[in-house]
Amino acid sequence: MLDVQLGEVLAGGPEGADEALDLVAGFDDALTLGLARVGEDAAAALSALAGALAASPIGDRVSEAADKVATGSIAGEHLAALAGGRAALCGAVHDALLGRLDTALGRPRTPWNPAPGAPRPDRPLGGQAASGDPRDGQEARSGDSPGGQEAGSGDGVPVQVPGHLLDGCRMWLRELAIVGWRGVDHDLAGAADQAIEALLAVPELRGLAVLLDGLAAELRASSPVATMDRLPARRWADLWTRGLLLAQRGPWHGGAEPVSGRLLILGADVHEHATVVRAQVHGVLEPTRGGQARLVRTSVAAAKVDTIVGPAVWRLMGAHPVLLGALAGHRSLEITDMPLLPGGDLVWHDDRAAAGEPADPFTTARVALPGVSAPAVPPLDRHPVRIAEPVLLEGYSVVDGSLDLSPAGGGHALPLGLDRLPRGGPLTPELVAASSACIGLMRWDGRWVLQPLAVQATVKKKPVAAHNGDWAMGPTDPKVVKAEAKAGDVVAVLRERAGRLLRK
Amino acid sequence: MNADETAWERRSVVPVVPPVAPRKLAKVPFVELADGRLQGVVSSGSDIERVYVSSITAGTHALSCSTNNNRPCGALHGHACKHIRMLADEAVVQYGLDRVARYLRVEVPAGDSLMSCIHGQPERTPAAVVFSRFLRHLAYLEVADSTDPLAELHWFPSTAPYKEVAR
Ligand SMILES: [Zn+2]
Repeated sequence: MLDVQLGEVLAGGPEGADEALDLVAGFDDALTLGLARVGEDAAAALSALAGALAASPIGDRVSEAADKVATGSIAGEHLAALAGGRAALCGAVHDALLGRLDTALGRPRTPWNPAPGAPRPDRPLGGQAASGDPRDGQEARSGDSPGGQEAGSGDGVPVQVPGHLLDGCRMWLRELAIVGWRGVDHDLAGAADQAIEALLAVPELRGLAVLLDGLAAELRASSPVATMDRLPARRWADLWTRGLLLAQRGPWHGGAEPVSGRLLILGADVHEHATVVRAQVHGVLEPTRGGQARLVRTSVAAAKVDTIVGPAVWRLMGAHPVLLGALAGHRSLEITDMPLLPGGDLVWHDDRAAAGEPADPFTTARVALPGVSAPAVPPLDRHPVRIAEPVLLEGYSVVDGSLDLSPAGGGHALPLGLDRLPRGGPLTPELVAASSACIGLMRWDGRWVLQPLAVQATVKKKPVAAHNGDWAMGPTDPKVVKAEAKAGDVVAVLRERAGRLLRK
Repeated sequence: MNADETAWERRSVVPVVPPVAPRKLAKVPFVELADGRLQGVVSSGSDIERVYVSSITAGTHALSCSTNNNRPCGALHGHACKHIRMLADEAVVQYGLDRVARYLRVEVPAGDSLMSCIHGQPERTPAAVVFSRFLRHLAYLEVADSTDPLAELHWFPSTAPYKEVAR
């Protein structure tokens, strides 16, 4: 990316984005205080949200929901409609931001057009999430399908989701909305524990499980919330919204097509809370049958506990040695008939992959990245937080935690997301500051930020490279190896305890 | 509310739960600040099948220790047994002294250890609840991997470089 391109990205917020986010903030304030007694401000915020969506397919339902909730009638279908309205606004902001980034980068993006056989959650939206219906008919149907509910599995095969599990989740989310974040105490924070435990046993509902588990842990750590000075209103409302949408009929991904070809790795983005860790690998897929190279993501998530942190988390993903080996060893991967979802997610199957030739991610970023086509984003996944677009930056200077891409300095400043460097990798703020080339993800959270995935730097006059995934097969830094050895194998200790105590 | 706080409240990704520091788990596999107690599970030094469930209650600082079969710990009378001491030490490593002291509502003067400021009396608290929470904790390790897209995890980035939180 060049300084002029960065200038295009940073030049003011996209038109309408601030207004849309103000509407979202109004809703978030209402959720903070609770819907049990909707005051004047909250009622105005709900009706403003509905007003902005009036011309969209869900306009009538959001408007009805805003009216009902303001008068104290808080049915599940009304909450779902409001969540859908809030998601549509966030989706519109996402589209505007991503569109601007794509234009600046000159990166073509496939329009949303799910393959036949997708579990038809969301009809094509013509690129405008604001006009979108989150789940056609979902609100009307929720709660009256006792048997099971159809959802998408990673492989695109519809599966039956036990409806009663989702009922429990919706009840908890409704209770949270009624009392508001300010009314949450230890009892309510922990009230979903059993539901979450049951969700974790259903592979198709893992996304909802990790989301609710993360939210519950934050609420528990913050309880009683009434005593907090400030609270993460946007964040919790985001999680509440997505949780409620997922708890209607389960997840919406599906419509996979099998792909074969060469996968060139760009880098690994690591996600984590107390009970989950996930490595999401960004790469360029060169299909065997030819055609344009495609930007893809592929992920491995493993359940964990809070005391497994740092480099040890990679051991939890040991069942995927081909992927982890390629990540640590900087190799390409040959994949055969791997399911690729319409959103650009390759559903990883380690037994359908083989290690290929050595492939330096920086070479991939220089040679292959400029010509890629980016995938469409599934409508219900459109939210600024999901924007994670790989870019290569070179020849910059680092000043006060920001990158300056202009050759002479004094250009546009792109802040670095140094708080996102994973504990299980070799990247440090110092290395980033000393770097001259960086593969990173463009992210947006109120402003654009670059999250580094890999850097090339000069340390003690020697060129070094460090990648987030370098320790996927174990740390390579002798100091870290020693510290790990001293602490012992925490994963093995807990597995031994689990083996001895759980099956008694 | 100032502009910084408004901006913070309008961010999707902010840290809410402080990250815990890595520690050895062999002797004290489980520690938590929950149910108004510092509580956890301590492996028996002599019997690999046995564990002790130990706790210190916030505020009163009442001490409790028994086996997972609810048999009282023979070493707990008048003052803390070694299981409770080990639990306290590991909790301080995991959460930091400040967080543990704040939770237990105890003043720890600079340079003092947590346990030198705990003067509660022994009290029976049921081990079963804590033990079942420990089993639930362990059950996470039995949950299968997932390769689904899990877009929700974008709200949960990994945090803080390794060296900032290492012991
Ligand atoms: Zn004892």
